[in-house]
Amino acid sequence: MSFKPNQTVGAATAAAAILSAIVILPAALRAQQAPPAHPVPPPKNGGTVVMLCDGKTSIEIKSLKPGEQPTESQGREVANELMAEWRKEHPDEHWQMAQADAGAKPHADPMSQASKSPPATGQQQGDTYASFTSRDYKVWQAETQKFVDEGKRIFHDWKALGGTIGVSCDMCHPDGANTHPETYPKYQVQLQRVALLRDMIDWCIENPVKGKTLDPNDPKLRALEAYIYAQRKGVPLDYGKH
Amino acid sequence: MAARHKSVETKFMEERDRVLRALRNLDRRSFIKVVAATAGAVIAKGLMPPHSFQLVTIANAAPDKASAASGMNGQPPFTFAYISDTHLYERTLNQRFIRAALKAVEDVNALDPQPDFVLFGGDLAQLGTPQQLELGREILKEVKAPVKMMVGEHDWFLDLGEKWQELFGPPNYSFDWKGVHVVVLMSVHEKDFWTARRMTPEERMATVAGLDNGVQSRFEVGEPQREWLKNDLAKVSSSTPILVFSHSPLYKYYYNWNFWTDDADQVQAILRRFDKVTVIHGHTHQMLFNQIGNISFYGMLSTAWPWPYAPQGLPALTIQMNRADPFDQFDACGDGRMEVRADGLVDKIYNLWDRNPVTVKADYLRSRGKIDRPPAPQFASY
Repeated sequence: MSFKPNQTVGAATAAAAILSAIVILPAALRAQQAPPAHPVPPPKNGGTVVMLCDGKTSIEIKSLKPGEQPTESQGREVANELMAEWRKEHPDEHWQMAQADAGAKPHADPMSQASKSPPATGQQQGDTYASFTSRDYKVWQAETQKFVDEGKRIFHDWKALGGTIGVSCDMCHPDGANTHPETYPKYQVQLQRVALLRDMIDWCIENPVKGKTLDPNDPKLRALEAYIYAQRKGVPLDYGKH
Repeated sequence: MAARHKSVETKFMEERDRVLRALRNLDRRSFIKVVAATAGAVIAKGLMPPHSFQLVTIANAAPDKASAASGMNGQPPFTFAYISDTHLYERTLNQRFIRAALKAVEDVNALDPQPDFVLFGGDLAQLGTPQQLELGREILKEVKAPVKMMVGEHDWFLDLGEKWQELFGPPNYSFDWKGVHVVVLMSVHEKDFWTARRMTPEERMATVAGLDNGVQSRFEVGEPQREWLKNDLAKVSSSTPILVFSHSPLYKYYYNWNFWTDDADQVQAILRRFDKVTVIHGHTHQMLFNQIGNISFYGMLSTAWPWPYAPQGLPALTIQMNRADPFDQFDACGDGRMEVRADGLVDKIYNLWDRNPVTVKADYLRSRGKIDRPPAPQFASY
């Protein structure tokens, strides 16, 4: 163990960082303008003033004396009022309300106007996927296909499967036919439990193929699963079907 | 992997190993005890098949209505059996397919009355090696009735038929049997896909052996053999019943799996002038039947494994067999028997192992499904 030397190095690094900070900080302050501030206007009625994060919109809670904590309902009221105020000043901004779950009691919605305003066009949601290019999609497709093709190779090769009697999957399942991956999970009487596709692949490897079962994380089993599913593209999932 | 979940099969094999190990150390008295106990257990568990190969229709007791009506009682009816698609490997590699082939031999030998002959429907070997073909011949020697051989693609494409022909003679021939003209075709020729790809004989064989391997060509009878067929039939009158044996179905069922004969239309055209034509084919490993014009088609079962029904092209008259049970080696496999009626039409009995046999009558096909409909499956394809 090299615990001590590490500690020494850590301390030295920290010291260097502090030193450089002392040197650099005043320069940085000089170079930059003052950070943005949100000066809150003084209360007119002895209550508490709350300001929206735009630094402009503010309202006063008359019943809340300075230093007091607002109740939850007070807080909600303030948030709604602030947003209503903001929306009054920005009538052209597009807002979408998240849908409350079906069981929830609908409450007075200060933004109900939003659903009536026409949807804005030419706007992106900023989704993660929006930043990927068509090249990325091609790479993904190629990677997926490679995985499926590897499964196809093993499916058709009894030696790659670890078989011992010359039997490969395709001999009973040309093009993966009659593997019906869409019907799993389902109770398999002969296994005496609910089986997944991989359980049946393993059963086949052990019995007709006379090989050794594969671990669920074995790349071969994963590739076989990929190939079998790929052959049933477009078939509706129907788990439990016999 | 101590906590691994074990299937019924795994438990059975372990139990069997234990018993066999124990048996080696037994004296005679204990041995008898074990035998008795085993027999009892087998019966109690219902492991004995409830039936072996049984005749369900009494074929020869009386001429049926159809043949009586046709007024063609001149020829004696006869039966023949078949074994097909055994796909044998060398005995050192695989016992499973050997066991199945032997089971079929037992079946046909147990037939009473014995069939006039036994058709072997092709694909004796899995990869066409001399050892596989010779093993096949050895097994078929056990058949009591005369055996008529037909070739399949698995027998052919290692050496392009050299060994098979050395063992069994020419792949296409014809003979007359009790008023019926019988033709055996070699329907699994393929156009050369191997030379340009510089394939070894083993690669060529492996390509053809892959049902879903799209690199290969489609099966065909081929121009020279079609000429031979025309000449062979030239002297046969159109009222003579014709029986054609071909390994591939002589029609177009599913291209991608070579359930297909590329020149099927031309072959059918040669057979068109005959009143009664029956084609018996192998290769498809399933209960399969079809009627095109004057021709009735019956597919044979395999002893080795069943093929699933193809996703397209299944003939409308085919009643699917129940889905195969993967936990039973013999399920959806089997052999069968043909009853050639006095009028020359053929009823076919599918002897599905561990299931009830299914009879498909010529009248079902020739009436386009209006009469004699075979029973429907409880579980058709997914």
